Amino acid sequence: MSVDATLSFEEAMEKYDPVLGFEVHVELNTKTKMFSSAPNVFGDEPNTNVNEVDLGMPGVLPVVNKTAVESSIKIGLALNCKIAEYCRFARKNYFYPDTPKNFQTSQYDEPIAYDGYLDIELEDGTVFRVEIERAHMEEDAGKLTHMGGSAGRIQGADYSLVDYNRSGVPLVEIVTKPIQGAGSRAPELAKAYVAAVREIVKNLGVSDAKMERGNVRCDANVSLRPHGQERFGIRSETKNVNSLRAVEHAVRYEIQRHAAVLDSGQPVIQETRHWHEDTRSTTSGRAKSDADDYRYFPEPDLVPVVASREWVEELRATLPEPPAERRKRLKEAWGYSDLEFRDVVNAGVMDSIEETIAAGASADVARKWWMGEIVGRAKVADVDPSALGVTPQVIVELNKLVEDGKINNKMATQVLDGVLAGEGTPAEIVEKRGLAVVSDDGPLLEAIDAALAAQPDVAEKIRSGKLQAIGAIVGGVMKATRGQADAGRVKELILEKLGVQA
Amino acid sequence: MAAINRDDVAHLARLAHIEMSAEELDRMAVELAVIVDSVKSVSEAAGEDVPATSHPIPLTNVFREDVVGHTFTAEQALSGAPDAYENRFKVPAILDED
Repeated sequence: MSVDATLSFEEAMEKYDPVLGFEVHVELNTKTKMFSSAPNVFGDEPNTNVNEVDLGMPGVLPVVNKTAVESSIKIGLALNCKIAEYCRFARKNYFYPDTPKNFQTSQYDEPIAYDGYLDIELEDGTVFRVEIERAHMEEDAGKLTHMGGSAGRIQGADYSLVDYNRSGVPLVEIVTKPIQGAGSRAPELAKAYVAAVREIVKNLGVSDAKMERGNVRCDANVSLRPHGQERFGIRSETKNVNSLRAVEHAVRYEIQRHAAVLDSGQPVIQETRHWHEDTRSTTSGRAKSDADDYRYFPEPDLVPVVASREWVEELRATLPEPPAERRKRLKEAWGYSDLEFRDVVNAGVMDSIEETIAAGASADVARKWWMGEIVGRAKVADVDPSALGVTPQVIVELNKLVEDGKINNKMATQVLDGVLAGEGTPAEIVEKRGLAVVSDDGPLLEAIDAALAAQPDVAEKIRSGKLQAIGAIVGGVMKATRGQADAGRVKELILEKLGVQA
Repeated sequence: MAAINRDDVAHLARLAHIEMSAEELDRMAVELAVIVDSVKSVSEAAGEDVPATSHPIPLTNVFREDVVGHTFTAEQALSGAPDAYENRFKVPAILDED
């Protein structure tokens, strides 16, 4: 396999202007498939979630899954699309063993959603509008495993094994219009766009949105043109770039590769490229050819879908608050700084903080506990902070114990450890571990007498008005009570004892 | 005469993975042209006021509720397969990753 020449990204950007385009496939999480009542479940034994429709047997009739249509409309609405009043399915004809019918049921010139947009916020807050060409309904294909030859790659494979469990799983394919003007931020925008789509479908509850399971898959189109040129360059399409990081890397790599091809005076070949995570590069798939003549025609076994305006508005009314708007609202309500809020989002504790505030904590208290204590412990345990086992109620209770002066902050972290160790509720742990701040004045007075007796010169200083010397006595008392005294109360008692006004 | 010629037939044959001899291409070009012409007579009958349709019955929104129905066992699914291995269909390697 030859290695393609590349230019540095900086040099590529000096000479060329990138144009991007994305096709993102979203697997819906309906209970059943798009056209059959077989279950839509990931990871089951091969060829057990199939029936005659999924296997493309002769004489069978597909029936459209209503929930899948509703999910598709919801996705269209969330992408600010128009929803077609009338649309049909179409057959996309091709021969390949992942599709037993020899055609994929898809939509061609009548997508259910079209003409939308998504405002993408980049890390520094810059907002970039990505225009959506269309979102259409279709079905997923079966899964091929190439056997023999070199390690699962098709080149040199002896045969392939096919599992049709994924065949017929509902898909929505979201296609952007050409994205121009991103410049050197193209790779970052690519990642942010796919992240935004994933977040939206997850927030809608219409997809599990796990990229590692292929619930969200991205094909990235890249072309370059000299600065100032209106006409687009020839594009490549990098298939199945299946992590957010890979999307960014793949776009960056293709820009660098195209730049080197154009610099050498050669035309870019319009072709499919395959992304390789190990080498962080792409290799040539196949060139566009006659084989791309899919001979689409309207699916005669399915009747048109008519989305009445009433139905569309009913669905619109069920849409959750868009993730970007929700973030904006919460940030303002909580009064966090840009940096504080970004840290909260990146740490994945925004929902937990929202719940904690709802349970009665202040925004600052919630952030202090989640960011200051729980995130670090979750990292050590290698789990999501929300999965560590700290409920909003625990935090509210811990904070109340501190505010009531029953325990101090240092003890509170020990109580938190106790909660995580399964020792019980915060109050029970305070009791069991004997962590309560000593508030009974008796033992404190004894300790104060001892400390004053041990340091008579300090006692004298305090008497003569040098109040800052009190720290030495407080320190002695804290030591004697092993940190379980309330320092404020100790101070009061010392002054009382020595007859000094604070 | 219909707009279907020998090259069209060769193209379709390639797309359909059908191997055809030179004689077959010649013959099919003529036969398909007749068939296409015959079908075209439909558009003579349909006036401007008749919209194109893809289905003979004026139905829309035939939907199924999202409720799990029947499935095959792997044995049933594979019962008609020419070849199988570990509960999966076994097919010749095809040099095309798409």
